Amino acid sequence: MNKKIAVQIDDLTVAYNYKPVLWDIDLAIPEGVLMAIVGPNGAGKSTLIKSILDIITPIAGSVQIYGKPYKKQRSLVAYVPQKGSVDWDFPTTALDVVMMGTYGSLGWIKRPGQKEKKASLEALEKVGMLSFKNRQISQLSGGQQQRIFLARALVQNAAIYFMDEPFQGVDATTEKAIINILKELRKQGKTVIVVHHDLQTVPEYFDWVTFLNVKKIATGPVKDIFNDDNLTKTYGINYKVSIQQ
Amino acid sequence: MSNAQIEIQLIASMVAIACAIPGTFLVLRKMALITDAISHSILPGIVIGFFITHDLSSPLLIILAAASGVLTVVLVEFIQKTGLVKEDTAIGLVFPALFSIGIILISKNANDVHLDVDAVLLGELAFAPFDRLTIGGVDIGPKSLWIIGTILLITITLLFAFFKELKVSTFDAGLASALGLSPVVMHYGLMTISSITTVGAFDAVGAILVIALMIAPAATAYLLTNDLKKMLLLSVIFGVSSAIIGYWSAHALDTSISGSMTTILGLIFLFVYLFAPNKGLFSVLYRQKQQRIEVSLLTFLLHLGNHNDDESERHVKHLNEHINWQKVKAKSVLDLALKNNMITIEKDIIFLTEKGKNFTKEAIDYILTNKNSEIEHMKDRFFLFRG
Repeated sequence: MNKKIAVQIDDLTVAYNYKPVLWDIDLAIPEGVLMAIVGPNGAGKSTLIKSILDIITPIAGSVQIYGKPYKKQRSLVAYVPQKGSVDWDFPTTALDVVMMGTYGSLGWIKRPGQKEKKASLEALEKVGMLSFKNRQISQLSGGQQQRIFLARALVQNAAIYFMDEPFQGVDATTEKAIINILKELRKQGKTVIVVHHDLQTVPEYFDWVTFLNVKKIATGPVKDIFNDDNLTKTYGINYKVSIQQ
Repeated sequence: MSNAQIEIQLIASMVAIACAIPGTFLVLRKMALITDAISHSILPGIVIGFFITHDLSSPLLIILAAASGVLTVVLVEFIQKTGLVKEDTAIGLVFPALFSIGIILISKNANDVHLDVDAVLLGELAFAPFDRLTIGGVDIGPKSLWIIGTILLITITLLFAFFKELKVSTFDAGLASALGLSPVVMHYGLMTISSITTVGAFDAVGAILVIALMIAPAATAYLLTNDLKKMLLLSVIFGVSSAIIGYWSAHALDTSISGSMTTILGLIFLFVYLFAPNKGLFSVLYRQKQQRIEVSLLTFLLHLGNHNDDESERHVKHLNEHINWQKVKAKSVLDLALKNNMITIEKDIIFLTEKGKNFTKEAIDYILTNKNSEIEHMKDRFFLFRG
């Protein structure tokens, strides 16, 4: 495989109160993959994404986005946090939340204008939520809220997308809609990295996978490394999943 | 109205606006308690500033007081980060410590300085017009007016400049950080402004009541709108009106102005809490009652659909005999169904209309696909009369 490397992580260690949650992670994510990060609760999956995005400061190691530190490459990266990480009673509308995706390219002080509004409306249309644009966000179902978050990432028009459990608490239709958009992104040559919980759907949805449990267990193409051996190493018990070849 | 009366109302209104703006963001960030802490722990800053300058409205005093406000936040976060105690405990540990330092300083030096604990805690708006600012012998108005005016100008400028940054860091700090719009800077900026406003307002309303001016208007506005800009505007309106109504009720009752202002704020909140159109208590109770009967209606229609071929299950009397509904409830459900053309009754046998069938089917579809929230919007399309 001689593809470009989108995200290069070297010797990354993150600790909360001196207790390591990620230990010496080395990881190279090639450009254009749709990758799942899997691992048990507390494995450090969200922490990994947050330290790549400089939301958490690691105690050791480095992260490079296309060969440069994240701070210089912000415009190439879009982020979808866990749905539960925000207060959905916040007084704002669906469109306004999507517009927040444009704040990064606007920079400080400048306000969003017609151009940003148009891009946000198009993103809403893409996730099938245009008719909900003026709906107060607390009036949306869990699946709709997740679509709004996805639209907010799409509007950033990034090269790399990080998503923290985008399928949590969504219905089957929304899950299909979201995965189709993610596959569409991959087709456009973008790199998509998803924290994922449902092991059954890994072979169907993703082409690349990283097993994580404080340490990195394995990373590579789903068809080569998504097997009982790695699952057992990651989850500590004998995991049986049917892998569709 | 005398000049002094106008000046007092002007000061009170400006204090109210200056408090309502940061207050809105503090309420949305669930940080109401930290204002309480700040309003107390600025005391040592005020006292030390007063010892140095002997002037309650000197800029140095404001800077020192704001610094001790920010110190409170830093200390609370530091204690919280140890993971040994929770945030509320950390707040409860920090501000009494700082406050008591202020109290000790005052009482130790009570003979040398004239700084009254009562004045610090409660403020006295009525005296504000007597302390005047003069430039080259020309009287240009009360000092408090200039102080709070300057603070208000800074607050409004910052609000307009950083509205989007404040919004995104309040709603989703993770995203703000990933976008490079440092939520930490916004956090400490807001804390600094809150501290400065508290000091500026303290002269007028005192350290204890300033928290009411920060929190109550925002909490009231939150019940009335789903739009951040409107929430800010409403907070300002509630703040100013309680300042003016409060002043005149104090005038009429010959009592404390700050006390009356806060009481009015409380009364406005109570009124909105009870009568707000969507989030108000009565509105919620009414909606619950409405939903209860509408769920019963759906249950009833579903039952009719399931027993299309069995007339005994669709007899009017069957409702109270078999579904175990009281007469009153059975009658109101039946009335609601009739009013909305969901059913027809012939010789005491109930028939589901085409509309009733469609309504039931759509509702069941939404329930099965876990889109319960859509049912409310669907009702708008089907119901002629609500329950």
